[in-house]
Amino acid sequence: MKDFSGQVLFLDRNDINTDEIIPAKYLTENSKEALKPHILEDLHLKGFNHENDIKGKNIIVTKANFGCGSSREHAVWVFEVNEINVVIAESFARIFRQNMFNCGMLAIELSSEDIEALFSLGPQAMLTVDMEHNLITAENEQDSKAAITFTLNEFDRELVLAGGWLAFADKKY
Amino acid sequence: MGKTIAGKIFTAHLRDTPSPTNVVLDIDVVLCHEITTPIAITDLMAKGLDRVFDPDKIKAVIDHVTPAKDSKTATQGKIMRDWARRHGIKDFFDIGSNGVCHALFPEKGFIRPGYTVIMGDSHTCTHGAFGAFAAGVGTTDLEVGILKGVCSFREPKTMKVNITGNLPDGVYAKDVILNIIKQISVNGATDMVMEFVGPVVDTMSMESRMTICNLAIEAGGTCGICMPDRTTAEYLWPFIRESYAGIEDAVIDFKKWHSDPDADYASELTIDVTDLKPQVTFGYKPDEVKDVTEMEGTPIDQVYIGSCTNGRIEDLREAAGILADRKIAPTVRGILSPATPAIYSMALEEGIIKTFMDAGFCVTNPTCGACLGMSNGVLAEGEVCASTTNRNFNGRMGKGGMVHLMSPLSAAAAAVAGHITDPRKYI
Ligand code: SF4
Repeated sequence: MKDFSGQVLFLDRNDINTDEIIPAKYLTENSKEALKPHILEDLHLKGFNHENDIKGKNIIVTKANFGCGSSREHAVWVFEVNEINVVIAESFARIFRQNMFNCGMLAIELSSEDIEALFSLGPQAMLTVDMEHNLITAENEQDSKAAITFTLNEFDRELVLAGGWLAFADKKY
Repeated sequence: MGKTIAGKIFTAHLRDTPSPTNVVLDIDVVLCHEITTPIAITDLMAKGLDRVFDPDKIKAVIDHVTPAKDSKTATQGKIMRDWARRHGIKDFFDIGSNGVCHALFPEKGFIRPGYTVIMGDSHTCTHGAFGAFAAGVGTTDLEVGILKGVCSFREPKTMKVNITGNLPDGVYAKDVILNIIKQISVNGATDMVMEFVGPVVDTMSMESRMTICNLAIEAGGTCGICMPDRTTAEYLWPFIRESYAGIEDAVIDFKKWHSDPDADYASELTIDVTDLKPQVTFGYKPDEVKDVTEMEGTPIDQVYIGSCTNGRIEDLREAAGILADRKIAPTVRGILSPATPAIYSMALEEGIIKTFMDAGFCVTNPTCGACLGMSNGVLAEGEVCASTTNRNFNGRMGKGGMVHLMSPLSAAAAAVAGHITDPRKYI
């Protein structure tokens, strides 16, 4: 299982699409590693600094309809190779969410209130996802804390535990 | 409680129920193109799993960048070619026979009512026009599809979209679906199948139905779907004639896939198109839509007619009707990409290609090309394109470029005027 803890990258916008996460021109690459520097390269978000804001971050917290647009799994891989294994959002586009679980990664949906609570911890927030207890614990440098429960569909959990859909399906079907 | 068409297809293909809300389905056709498949192939090879579940159920095309534009795209093509040969995949379409996947595969008769279809491409929803469940998937789903012939889905919820009234002159399928997306927003149909029914759909051609289903994903929909009927049977007749004594038999047989009258819908929407005006997007999301009359005069630099949305023969005919005996504005670059070789040659025979060329258009080979900003018409920073494609995301056709989505008719009118304008003035 992958590591599901770390510093949070907050992306305060709805409808962030896969073209913004990884532009189409990089889809000609035949290795996941080659995508690495291009993470969120075309993100349109006020105040976002591509150079500095992504470094050291392992978890994305964002708003509604994250990952809409193209089916490109490159949008998930570019997170994976940058060691971002969790995206927490109000809602996801279906294919993106499926791609995350298919790669053994976590796409967690929370209510807008819970998302707000995470945002209010500020940019230095640290977060841990406890798969056993369905619990997200978060804290910031002022020692403000939040504990939020989440639900995970049984099958999605199995995919995460199996390390993804290919490993799961190869064994079972 | 009755079942929807999607529910019936799911039941008929059920392989496993790994959780109360998830199903694993047997897949009838796995479609592949050179952008998302090569990396699946290399991953399967690296894992020692370089096999295919059934070479006859896998169909592949090189369409996004063709002919190859550089060594990287050439390599993607080569990986596909070698793989198709290695596994005896007969239905592989390369230079000379290739075209945009969602126009080409239906044309070959690969999509049938009641089928399950997946492809590593979000606009796979297009194929629902044939009464199939067709969904875009990522590369891992594609790998499992290639290897095992299965795919996992959540139990489908269906949104019923009832399209009523009479389509006015100059208003087409594209305008209808853009208006629907405007009403329900870019995630209004997330995790749902959009079932398009009603008198307007009943009288639509397969081409128009494909246009409508093509944009289901722009509202977040898993699949667009139409009831297979006489129009479907007539379109598919060359491929199904061995199986039925006559068209009427096929029409009756197809009814087994129709949603039951008491089927359970998650939501319902009715749209009366009688007063609908041509629609155009104005922002960077496909639900940012206005009447063309509100966009009148917006300057443009390029017009693109093509893609899996509107590069079919019907679309070319509509546009040619406006371009006949007219010239495009000198400030505009016009690009036409017929979606498949069959469409291209039909357009040649009908004189449509000449009409486009006489008007000042450049005609390219069938390819996705400019639609995703890869080749054949990428925009420069600050440029504006009137386009018949399906995505207006910021940077989609080139960094810093703006895309206005519209019907082929509106795009042709914009080419002539040099700015966005009401196509009804030119009919
Ligand atoms: S024409 Fe555009 S939207 Fe359609 S498959 Fe090609 S790139 Fe995708």
